Amino acid sequence: MDMKRDYYEDIEVFSSGTVLFWSIALFVFLFTLPLYLSSYNVYLFNIILVHVILAVGLNILVGYTGQISLGHAGFFAIGAYGTALLMTHLGLPFFVAIIAAGLIAAFFGFIIGLPALRLEGPYLAIATLGFGLTIMHIIGRWDIFGGRMGIQTPPLDIGIPQWGLSALLDSDVKMYYLILVIAVVMVIGARNMMKTRIGRAFVAIRDDDIAAEVMGVNLLAFKTLSFAVSAFYAGVAGGLFGFVLGFFDPFTFNLILSIIFLVMIVVGGLGSVLGAVLGASLITYLQYDLLKNVDEMPYLGDVLVWISRKLFTVIGLENFNSIMLGLIMLGIVIFEPLGMFGIWIRIKKYWKTWPF
Amino acid sequence: MIEQLIIEGLAIGACYGLFGVAVAIIYKTSDVINFGQGEMGMISTFVTYHILAQYGLPFWLAFVLTMVFAVLLGVFIEFFFLRPAKDPTVLGLIIITLGAEMLLMGLAGWKWGAEQKDFTFPLSVQKVHEPIPGLVLNEWSIGVFALTALIMVLLFLFFRYSNLGIAMRATQQNQNAAKIMGIKVERVFSFTWGLSSLIGAVAAMFFAARSVLDPNFMMEPFMRAFAAAVLGGLTSIPGVVVGGLMLGLIENFFGYAWPVWKPIVAFVVIIIILTIRPSGLFAKHYVKKV
Repeated sequence: MDMKRDYYEDIEVFSSGTVLFWSIALFVFLFTLPLYLSSYNVYLFNIILVHVILAVGLNILVGYTGQISLGHAGFFAIGAYGTALLMTHLGLPFFVAIIAAGLIAAFFGFIIGLPALRLEGPYLAIATLGFGLTIMHIIGRWDIFGGRMGIQTPPLDIGIPQWGLSALLDSDVKMYYLILVIAVVMVIGARNMMKTRIGRAFVAIRDDDIAAEVMGVNLLAFKTLSFAVSAFYAGVAGGLFGFVLGFFDPFTFNLILSIIFLVMIVVGGLGSVLGAVLGASLITYLQYDLLKNVDEMPYLGDVLVWISRKLFTVIGLENFNSIMLGLIMLGIVIFEPLGMFGIWIRIKKYWKTWPF
Repeated sequence: MIEQLIIEGLAIGACYGLFGVAVAIIYKTSDVINFGQGEMGMISTFVTYHILAQYGLPFWLAFVLTMVFAVLLGVFIEFFFLRPAKDPTVLGLIIITLGAEMLLMGLAGWKWGAEQKDFTFPLSVQKVHEPIPGLVLNEWSIGVFALTALIMVLLFLFFRYSNLGIAMRATQQNQNAAKIMGIKVERVFSFTWGLSSLIGAVAAMFFAARSVLDPNFMMEPFMRAFAAAVLGGLTSIPGVVVGGLMLGLIENFFGYAWPVWKPIVAFVVIIIILTIRPSGLFAKHYVKKV
């Protein structure tokens, strides 16, 4: 099948002309997307793209480097608050602010990466979980962060308003193009990174950290780098997320959000950029659209309301979201541990080797 | 004042320790961190509430029925969610238990709604006794201390002398060797989950008596208890209880000095301790050999 014959085939970003063609086709499709969509759906796509950036970043840490993080909502929050506050209080231009916020998040990722050198499995899970909760609490307490009331994002201006170069993005559609460009750059960047020395070092650490160290991979440098890169992605995604929402408070970034991020990449498929994109899209769609008003769905909604009346309470039906998410998590680990990417691989194999 | 802080801290710490023991039993036997433990306890407490509110049975009967339910719930989750997974990774196991957590939380929210309910528990925080002059104990703390001591002694006897307890220890040491010795490892796992769910349900009722009852009420106590368990070292049951007591004390003293930062002091302490001792205070740290 996909036999690699020389080194350059292994490090190509697009493995064949077909892949390149369809990638460009997808990109063109995404660029013309707002023409066919209603404004709510554009808003939904904005959130999906933000989650795609985050999931690709989280996948670098969890899928490629094999570390566990239950605190990514913390980095997400740092990005969102960092971008908004740098723009409001220091008057920085958008691109400077979002990159600065990403770098702040990366710095925190580096700090969390230090204890991670000695921790693994459950111990790492509790340490990162503690980090996420701590960040949420600190933000909720300090007045500069708006406290529990939350803060409003400044108007999204991607130019430099102080110099008279104003480019105000005041609608969801304009914001969509900004997020799309950043998302595409970051997804391709992640894919490219995994083909370089750094990416191979990450994979080596995942497969066996002792063997990797023996081979000359500097664990201190690469584990902390993985945390930092992943946190940078989360920070940039958080900065964009803040503008998509327009208004947010510390409870937006709770533990459940960290769990949902983890679910995205597990459902999509660990250790694959495509998987992270698929998983983020599916879970976000389910969360924000399909399962939001489940009682208004045709047929199924009626059945669920009837069941609710008989056995449960109708008012509690909004929790159906969480039940479905739980079932997806259980189902994916039990039946398809490779996630949607695994299904894709199986379909591909089936067609390539068809009569057999 | 200082004695009172210590007593209060020890009482809540013992409760953390008790719940942490539930987490540790599962981790000890099967290397699974059960993130659903809090919600399993939550559902069990809701079952007690439901029996009391709907059928008006006396508390002890409701308690016994709940314990039966808790054991069945634990066995159910092990049998249907964990057993079918083929060679899951650490992350896979975490996702399974998190999935169980979301599922149980959703079900509880669907059934009982999100509004807060009062849980009638025979041991109240308000009723106080003064066994020694100057030492004020409320009934809730007496209950927690007595119960924790009782469960610790029972667990010690169980792991030391009963066949099943020895089988559990054997399974923990080496699954394959245990299988060869004729131990039905799967059955041991089911039993472990049942036992852990039972202890967790008892501890959850104590937490519910202190706060209110809603589908989220076990989230915070679970994370504290988990932190306590990690602090003590997940593989040592007395260590977990000591870790819980320490955490309760630290939290109470900190909460007295800086009430604003009380909710996060536990996690800051955990991160610091883990940086110095990566497997907790009382567990032996095994360095992986090649």
